[in-house]
Amino acid sequence: MDDLRDLYQQLILDHNQNPQNFREMIDATSKAEGHNPLCGDEITLFLQIENEKIIDASFKGTGCAISKASASIMTTLIKDLTVNKAEILFEQFHKMITTGETNGDMGKLMVLAGVYKFPARVKCAVLSWHTMNNALHGNTELTSTEIS
Amino acid sequence: MFDVKNIRKDFPIFAEQPDNFVYLDSSATTLKPQSVIDAVAGYYSKYSANVHRSIYTIGEQATAEYEGSRGKVAKFINADSHSIIFTKGTTEAINLVAYTWARKNLKAGDEILLTEMEHHSNLIPWQLCAQETGAILKHIPFNEDGTLDLSEPEKWFTHKTKLVAVIHQSNVFGTVNPIKDIIKMAYDVGAIVLVDAAQSVPHQTVDVQDMDCDFLAFSGHKMLGPTGVGVLYGKPELLEAMPPFLGGGEMIRTVSLNDSTWNGIPWKFEAGTPNIAQAIGLGAAIDYINKIGLEKIHEYEQELLNYALEKMQEIPGINIYGAAQKRGAVISFNVENIHPHDLAQFLDNDGIAIRAGHHCAQPIMKKLGVSATGRASFYVYNSKEDVVRLCESIEKTIKFMGGSK
Ligand SMILES: Cc1ncc(COP(=O)(O)O)c(C=O)c1O
Repeated sequence: MDDLRDLYQQLILDHNQNPQNFREMIDATSKAEGHNPLCGDEITLFLQIENEKIIDASFKGTGCAISKASASIMTTLIKDLTVNKAEILFEQFHKMITTGETNGDMGKLMVLAGVYKFPARVKCAVLSWHTMNNALHGNTELTSTEIS
Repeated sequence: MFDVKNIRKDFPIFAEQPDNFVYLDSSATTLKPQSVIDAVAGYYSKYSANVHRSIYTIGEQATAEYEGSRGKVAKFINADSHSIIFTKGTTEAINLVAYTWARKNLKAGDEILLTEMEHHSNLIPWQLCAQETGAILKHIPFNEDGTLDLSEPEKWFTHKTKLVAVIHQSNVFGTVNPIKDIIKMAYDVGAIVLVDAAQSVPHQTVDVQDMDCDFLAFSGHKMLGPTGVGVLYGKPELLEAMPPFLGGGEMIRTVSLNDSTWNGIPWKFEAGTPNIAQAIGLGAAIDYINKIGLEKIHEYEQELLNYALEKMQEIPGINIYGAAQKRGAVISFNVENIHPHDLAQFLDNDGIAIRAGHHCAQPIMKKLGVSATGRASFYVYNSKEDVVRLCESIEKTIKFMGGSK
């Protein structure tokens, strides 16, 4: 149960029940869709970017607690970041989720540090992040965690 | 009485796994009894020769065992040995028909009739076939209770219907479809019928002569046998008239550089060295099922099913998909506010293996308005205790996740 409590920390359960920025954004400047065909998770990510800075971020979709909490926390963190900083955060997060290694202060994202011990759940945690990365680069092709 | 305690002793995985191991994913694939493992290992360790090619002793033994397995399969579904083709599984069996019979016999405007509750393996081969031949796909819808809506047969069965391919027992709802009625409706309009029996053959008596289907497909690994072997049954006169599927050794009679003649059925459809060990293992699985008795297995599963339905329905916030009168021991469900993947993760932590996902039936999920469901499915080695453990673990998860309030 210890590893499992690590995976499902209270903050994750909170974000799952009350996701932040869980809404459509009509005036989004970029938008991308992500899909995890294996489990059916779907996310639409909305960003409002001005002068290379993320002014607003939100998401809609369905998914497990891990994917929902990950998306929710991500939208709170990338707001007010420059595109470049968001890209760096994506790289750091990706590394933490896939290897368990962290460099620098990952802050709130540390609640997802236990995911790497559950290889089958890694794709749940990274779906929203890959989708965000695609949205940043104007890549509107459907993000699929099966290929990335 | 059904002696599940002793049956479990035949499955070495229970000794390997922790004491609390509960396996509830037999619809995906079943566990294997020692006798099947021994049959596979026995071939490799005692007489691992190729089949149909060798004059020496172990080659003849391999051929005899391989063909002996074909005989056991034939008897199991009351068919003639010549009508049993070994494939890699249900998927390949269906594709075989799609690439041979269907490509030869279907033309633009012909209708292929499926249902909305097919497994992807009985959807995609026909989509590919329709794209190539210009045939049209139609799908009989299902009702809210997971049964087929056959209220307007004339809408589905028309003079254009050339092939009806239908799932016998649903791997999502557990529904056992009224296959004989469907076959009658198909024959009334002159169509050919293929039955996807992947979920029925392991759990209930299937008699192809009584059913009178043209083709029937199933998988060894869902009936205690090894992976990599499955079966296509076909009426001999249809199989005779069909072009070959794959070309190569074994399937030929005479070969010259520019043309060849084909071997008789079933070998015409078994090009190359087959999955010998796996086919022999399937024979051992059938022996094992026969030893217990398929009727008895079926009765016992029904008892488990009813017990599980009753217990699960008591869980607050649970939603069970499918309520057919005639059904197998497969239960798809969701718990309010808890994603099935989270649920499966928690159950796994208690040693319980259930499936969570779309069960290779995305169109069903779409119609149900969910992205995934949990699924518990039962077989000979499951007990009422497993059901109790399942329900306890679900309730525990609800508490932890704060799901249902
Ligand atoms: C109803 C049904 N048809 C077909 C299949 C495909 O079987 P296989 O993967 O063994 O080819 C399955 C198994 O998942 C099934 O449940």
